[in-house]
Amino acid sequence: MSDLETFRSETAAWLEANCPPEMRQPMVDESDACWGGRNATFKPGQKEWLDIMAAKGWTVPDWPKEYGGGGLSRAEAKILGQEMARLKCRSPLSSFGIWMLGPALLHFGTEEQKKHFLPPIARGEIRWCQGYSEPGSGSDLASLQTSAVDQGDHFLVNGQKIWTSYADKADWIFCLTRTDKNEKHKGITFMLFDMASEGVSTKPIVLISGQSAFCETFFDDVKVPKEYGEGVSSVVYEVNKGWDVAKYLLGHERSMISGGGSEGSTSLGAKFADQYGRDEMGRLDDPMLRAQMAEMDIDVLAFRAMAERFGDTFKAGLCHPAQPNMMKYAGTEINKRRHELIMSAGGSEVLEWESEASNGGLTARGWLRTKANSIEGGTSEVMLNVVSKQILHLPGA
Amino acid sequence: MPLFLNEDQQMLHDSAAEFMKGEAPVAHLREFRDKQCKDGFSHALWKQFSEMGFTGILIGEEEGGLGLGHVEAGVVLEEVGRNLTPSPFLTTAVAGVEALNAGGKPLRERYFPGILSGDTVLALAVDEGPKHRPDQISMAATREGNGFKLDGKKQFVVQGGSADMLIVAARTSGSVGDDKGLTLFAVDANAQGLSKDSARLVDSAMAAHMQFDGVLVDADAVIGEVDEGDAVLRRLLNAGRSGAAAETLGVGAGAMDITVDYIKGRSQFGTLIGSFQALQHRISHLYSEMEIARATVLKAQQMLDEGSSKAEMMVSVAKAKAGKATALSVKEGVQMHGGVGMTDEYDIGLYMKRDRALQEFMGDVNYHTNLVAEMHGY
Repeated sequence: MSDLETFRSETAAWLEANCPPEMRQPMVDESDACWGGRNATFKPGQKEWLDIMAAKGWTVPDWPKEYGGGGLSRAEAKILGQEMARLKCRSPLSSFGIWMLGPALLHFGTEEQKKHFLPPIARGEIRWCQGYSEPGSGSDLASLQTSAVDQGDHFLVNGQKIWTSYADKADWIFCLTRTDKNEKHKGITFMLFDMASEGVSTKPIVLISGQSAFCETFFDDVKVPKEYGEGVSSVVYEVNKGWDVAKYLLGHERSMISGGGSEGSTSLGAKFADQYGRDEMGRLDDPMLRAQMAEMDIDVLAFRAMAERFGDTFKAGLCHPAQPNMMKYAGTEINKRRHELIMSAGGSEVLEWESEASNGGLTARGWLRTKANSIEGGTSEVMLNVVSKQILHLPGA
Repeated sequence: MPLFLNEDQQMLHDSAAEFMKGEAPVAHLREFRDKQCKDGFSHALWKQFSEMGFTGILIGEEEGGLGLGHVEAGVVLEEVGRNLTPSPFLTTAVAGVEALNAGGKPLRERYFPGILSGDTVLALAVDEGPKHRPDQISMAATREGNGFKLDGKKQFVVQGGSADMLIVAARTSGSVGDDKGLTLFAVDANAQGLSKDSARLVDSAMAAHMQFDGVLVDADAVIGEVDEGDAVLRRLLNAGRSGAAAETLGVGAGAMDITVDYIKGRSQFGTLIGSFQALQHRISHLYSEMEIARATVLKAQQMLDEGSSKAEMMVSVAKAKAGKATALSVKEGVQMHGGVGMTDEYDIGLYMKRDRALQEFMGDVNYHTNLVAEMHGY
């Protein structure tokens, strides 16, 4: 056996032996994800699964071992992912620290920052949120106004963020602040601070889905120390160079949101045929719906190939730097269409919003949630603008 | 295996791109169209394909070929598509060779040397109606002496009028729609009782209607086993469909590139039309569709080369996705070119015509979408 085949069989055996049975059940909704953090609440099996995976570094399989990662190669990490999917093991940890801040710190952080911040992320001890958008700065993010004024040993932060995902549950925030009012892109700083700091408050926003995953976040004379110990700066990269970090990180965010396009490993048509009825040929008993389901199967399988290619080329340094924008656009648009189809297939039953049968309107709320996919992290229209300019090099208007 | 070309495949890509651009660009297609060539392609160019090694890509090394796979065949086909190069490459060196690879050694020894040297051309006689329905083949092959007698008709036999040998799918037992009972034959193009009626297609390629009236073939013309032709046909179709998807991808990418160039150079209202967001968003959406199609086609080819049990599903996904993306590319291309997009002088219309023909070759988007539903069990 090759080394990779050995790795595959050993990994499968380890997962079989160590993954708690509850963690091999499909996730029903977002509340089944384990987010960790100082105030974490765990469902049965979650804590055990998180701890044993974290001990192996497999919450972040491809991060270096010294920062709490598994030190796996791209090929090994891919195999781990495949085996987890095959054995239906849940991801042990959902985390903006892993998906967003981590990659930014690995790229821009100092050695001291990496050693200080990354291991608690890998272990699920600190839950992070992202402070980007402001009421007046959505698509035009770089116009943000939240100010951070240098006060010697600390910055004084004042302003308001919006659409901060899970700000009310997060321990720390990575936040874009304005440190130079006379510049736009070159006056922004990428800062890390504790959400328990005096002067930070949050207010959940009720969405059309009835859920409140997003918050308004207010900063009122928040003192952000310049250092959290010897050489551990609260600023990532440099003061006034935060836009470079933000752009890099948006790439990760966009490819993360795009992952929605590949969600759902089973074919929608296969799932609904049983519940809908079949004709004498065994076909889904509604030709138009069947055709739409098959088109969706094609788009989902095609996008999954795209996601694989994107990951492979990204790791190999062969990917166009603006490609995450295209991934975000395509993935979110597919996901929205997929949920439209689920609603259509479910008919009047999935209109139920508050019933036991509908699990509290799970399907309908999930459908409405996807409408945010093509808005959050940069709208589809902004993504297409970026592709036009940075990839196709079309002239400016 | 990462989902991008490895170093050797990239080198093959570079040489195929240079070759096609240098020897057989769109001007080459125009030349053969305008002189009303009866074959619709250049035999001299087919010789050059052989000299480049392209015709032996899917032929094993021990048989004088390169022993490469569907990824490499696709690399060449994408450039064929991008340049609208007329050639028998897809039918002969990809689908034809793959069918022969599923058969016995005598047939390979008979046909491979000519394919390797660029002398032999094969054609595929599968379709019997205006749409691709390989599960509905009704041509009859009845036992006669030491061999078989073929009766029936075939159509959309691309380059059927110029081929030396035809790969013919016929029914030796069972009835229409049965999985078993099909047999594939290697039929000499000059066989008695075979009549051909060639027509020029919208994309300037030549395709034949064929009538088989008691065409006699020997038992050694059988490719694979009698009544077990479904296995051979499957290999032929998988190779042909993934190859057609790659060529389609090249057509779509070529059309997109010339359209992007056009809107960067055309001015109206005192500004370049490529600066208008109305066009920018549409062509960026197209870029996204083409990128997804590219990943899908490569994935299907890799899965075929790995012998994956799910390869057939991905081949259908690839043919459908590349077909959709490229249809969008040529339609947007003509529209964004405006009036000149309607003229014969500009190339974009030729891309639209080639795409239309490729859509019908070995199953269109609807056909493969239906197959994907069937393979998923609904």
